[in-house]
Amino acid sequence: MSVGLVAFALVLGFAAGVLAGSFGVGGGILFVPTLVVLGLSQLDAEATSLLAILPTVLAGTWRQRSYGNVDWPAAALLGVASIAGAVAGVQVATSLSEDVLRRLFALLLLAVAAQLAWRCRRPSPYPSGP
Amino acid sequence: MTPKLVLIGLVAGLFSTIFGVGGGIVLVPLLILLAGFDTRPATATSLAAIGITALAGTILYAFEGHVDVAYAALVGLPAAAGAVAGTSLQQRVSSRALTLAFAFLLLVVAVWMLAG
Repeated sequence: MSVGLVAFALVLGFAAGVLAGSFGVGGGILFVPTLVVLGLSQLDAEATSLLAILPTVLAGTWRQRSYGNVDWPAAALLGVASIAGAVAGVQVATSLSEDVLRRLFALLLLAVAAQLAWRCRRPSPYPSGP
Repeated sequence: MTPKLVLIGLVAGLFSTIFGVGGGIVLVPLLILLAGFDTRPATATSLAAIGITALAGTILYAFEGHVDVAYAALVGLPAAAGAVAGTSLQQRVSSRALTLAFAFLLLVVAVWMLAG
């Protein structure tokens, strides 16, 4: 990998973290396109993004905890239930073609962009951040 | 409350591995709209839940050889620093301008991915 690409990855990674910290929208949405630019396939980029999310989440949760906002029993229940969903999601993602997976991801980006724009119209219908 | 949380968790998990995202995009609105959470606890609680979801997804995908640890570190570690910076930045910068800029960035990336 060239020095330019490494620098690109570091800058985009940092930006993804800033956005995650500011909006509560995770870094994954920027990790995936960044990893695709770096040369990973859509599926590998998505899988790798999940690992990249972990340090961001740890940092974010650690900071949130000092505000005392986390409902830990609810988080545990949500997290455990999500494992079953994650198993099903892996089956879906691995059965789709790269092209379809990338297009679905692009649609997700459009939906999130619309959601963010919508937030700007009204006073804080969604959280302004953690 | 419990069945609702289980349902929300299932949806978030499905979302997470299909798209390679944490699932906060669906968790936060669903916690607010379906489970009656206030916005700040919803964001904080979703962040903690995402940790479990992303870990599960990583393990599942790693078994199939799809996880690249070096690349994950390359974007994930600067992101952790960025997340800490982002929380303090949030107090100072106009969030409206930042939100619109972020929305525009996502739009550009989406068009690029659809075209590519």
